[in-house]
Amino acid sequence: MHCVALIPVQNGGLKKAISAFTSLCGEDGVSTGETVREQHGRDESVHRSDFQNILAYFSIAFTYRCSGVPHTFMFETSSLHYFDNRTINMYVYTKCTKKTVLLYRCRPPDVVVFPRCVEEVSALAKICYRHNLPIIPFGTGTGLEGGVGALKGGVCFSLRKMDQVLDVHQEDFDVTVEPGVTRKALNSYLRDTGLWFPVDPGADASLCGMAATSASGTNAVHYGTMRENVLNLEVVLADGSVVHTAGKGRRPRKSAAGYNLTNLFVGSEGTLGIITKATLRLYGIPEAVVSAVCSFPSVQAAVDSTVHVLQAGVPIARIEFLDDVMVDACNKFNSLSYPVTPTLFLEFHGTEDSLDEQVRTTEEITSANGGADFQWARDEGTRARLWKARHDAWYAALALRPGCKAYATDVCVPLSRLPHIIVETKEDLIQNGLTGPIAGHVGDGNFHCIMVLDPDDSDEVQRVHQFTERLARRALALEGTCTGEHGVGLGKRALLREEMGPGAMGVMQSLKESLDPKNLMNPGKVL
Amino acid sequence: MSGRVLVGVKRVIDYAVKIRVKPDHSGVVTEGVKHSMNPFCEIAVEEAVKMKEKKLIKEVVAVSCGPQQVQETIRTALAMGADRGIHVEVSAKEYESLGPLQVSKILAALAKKEEAQLIILGKQAIDGDCNQTGQMTAALLDWPQGTFASEVTLEAGHVKVVREIDGGLETIKINTPAVLTADLRLNTPRYATLPNIMKAKKKKIANVKPADLGVELASKLQVLRVDEPPQREAGVKVESVDDLVGKLKEAGRI
Repeated sequence: MHCVALIPVQNGGLKKAISAFTSLCGEDGVSTGETVREQHGRDESVHRSDFQNILAYFSIAFTYRCSGVPHTFMFETSSLHYFDNRTINMYVYTKCTKKTVLLYRCRPPDVVVFPRCVEEVSALAKICYRHNLPIIPFGTGTGLEGGVGALKGGVCFSLRKMDQVLDVHQEDFDVTVEPGVTRKALNSYLRDTGLWFPVDPGADASLCGMAATSASGTNAVHYGTMRENVLNLEVVLADGSVVHTAGKGRRPRKSAAGYNLTNLFVGSEGTLGIITKATLRLYGIPEAVVSAVCSFPSVQAAVDSTVHVLQAGVPIARIEFLDDVMVDACNKFNSLSYPVTPTLFLEFHGTEDSLDEQVRTTEEITSANGGADFQWARDEGTRARLWKARHDAWYAALALRPGCKAYATDVCVPLSRLPHIIVETKEDLIQNGLTGPIAGHVGDGNFHCIMVLDPDDSDEVQRVHQFTERLARRALALEGTCTGEHGVGLGKRALLREEMGPGAMGVMQSLKESLDPKNLMNPGKVL
Repeated sequence: MSGRVLVGVKRVIDYAVKIRVKPDHSGVVTEGVKHSMNPFCEIAVEEAVKMKEKKLIKEVVAVSCGPQQVQETIRTALAMGADRGIHVEVSAKEYESLGPLQVSKILAALAKKEEAQLIILGKQAIDGDCNQTGQMTAALLDWPQGTFASEVTLEAGHVKVVREIDGGLETIKINTPAVLTADLRLNTPRYATLPNIMKAKKKKIANVKPADLGVELASKLQVLRVDEPPQREAGVKVESVDDLVGKLKEAGRI
């Protein structure tokens, strides 16, 4: 067994901190229960026991008991490592032994705290700062890149008790929310105002968590991602200081004042500070919605149509791409009969009159590009049926191989490169015998391969891992990004370095050191 | 038939709010708490508006009983597509004791006055959970009732209603005029869009007093006390079956 160092855990500091937490938050504001800690050490990512092999680059600190004495074992590595700690003995196999064993299920923190207000968050952070304890912010745990794993243990700040919608300004189209408010809860709260918040990632995620990961949804092509829709943030830094990124309480629709701190924290994935309030941009609920579906003879034809629709100035709300494998899966899953070729699912928002024109223009464009079977619907029931295929894509993919799990890749390239990358990716999938139906937000050049794999087949797991690396590098080579919407988290840190280059990484590193000199904020992620 | 549908809408504390009991146990805290239309009333409004869109009926009238604030709820119904509203004015004090019997008397009187063909209500309100108003209204009017409706088909002179009952689904055919109460699966209510909210501002809401309808508001019921449900206590882990039996005996369970 290769060891770099064996350092005993600093138990004293943690105990003092926990008692300080309890006097601050009360007995039910702090938990060291095993189940609670495990719940807060995992998200929806594939970085779980079965798929840990996919992680390539991470630094690990874990504690094991040897004769009842806890030891912390830490090492940095830039190659695949696997270990099994289902028993009290922890076996670590390095790459030189080339053995693969299942990994620990998740990275639980040492303690979970449940602050109720920003003053508590700040006070808790100060305690962590004093005792050098890592801080991991936790919203809904619905992330996809392992962003909440407590690699070095530490304190998980579960923000779910801060769940108020604070100020709705209907005429100004803005609202301020606390981290416990999810996007569906906000839209339900707003339902009588005629306003909504359109960013809709798959899960019912915390809005502040969405800000932290710079989330996006299916209608980003029309409404933008979190980057375009966060006006102001209240953030608590590692040392407890509270910062309002655009000034306290300010919510102008635009500003040229100072550095854009709001967008520095959007996408920082908890590595620079804890977001305790977000002021968001709202939109009017569209008067009318039309959905449409169209099949194409090739990926190129589908993407060309997308480009032409955007160029024609059609303010299309959603434009989703499903490849033939995915359409086939959806047909099987829902007993539908869409032609098994690349297909676009479209949605238009607007007034009754403008919709007629939007649909007509789009139908002309799609048929000029070889599109066929253009179906569209205005009433909710038919629309839901038309789009059911796209909505159930994840489950349809899973149903292709019952008993398997799924992992979604996430790359984004300029629109003109999309046909190229999709065609190459499909060839890659076939050559390597992988199941990876493709669904994508083609209007943004962003697509996901839903990799369906058997978690117990370590060879397949390895091949999927290598495939996702190749895919990310392919996207980088085509002037794109290794992550369109899921974030960097644990698994894409090396890819981020390749994507940004030393100059930008240097700046990111300086910002991190300046805002979090002790590296307490979600260590081991992003950078 | 008049082609007019009366829809009752109730302003209640929003379903997402955590309810707190007042310290004097006389009721729940309503001051400064978010209110919205009762979810089952939303479904009722949606069903009526759908009927109008299908041209099966001519006019949707939204009714609410209560103090000034209920006008917000009527406005929401108007934004969803109701044509006009009726606000039955009840003072804040009287509202505290306003229950299904009084409301059904009011609705019955209005139905006669407006010559309604149908009354559609939510099956129950999420504050009182009484599930009585629809049934009482039908009885007062001596009209047939289709309650817990999960599907409604309006035909000439009668309505086919699929009802959700314990054993499954029951389909009945009742003559109009009739009272229907909406259950959860009847439809998915639309969100009011901004343009429709703006248009709704121009729609009329008439004010009526219960006395004008010949209705006495005095209630024979008096709320004695309101309490929160008991706090859930932590469970206890036991190491063996004997332990379990011992603990159950201690708790007087066996």
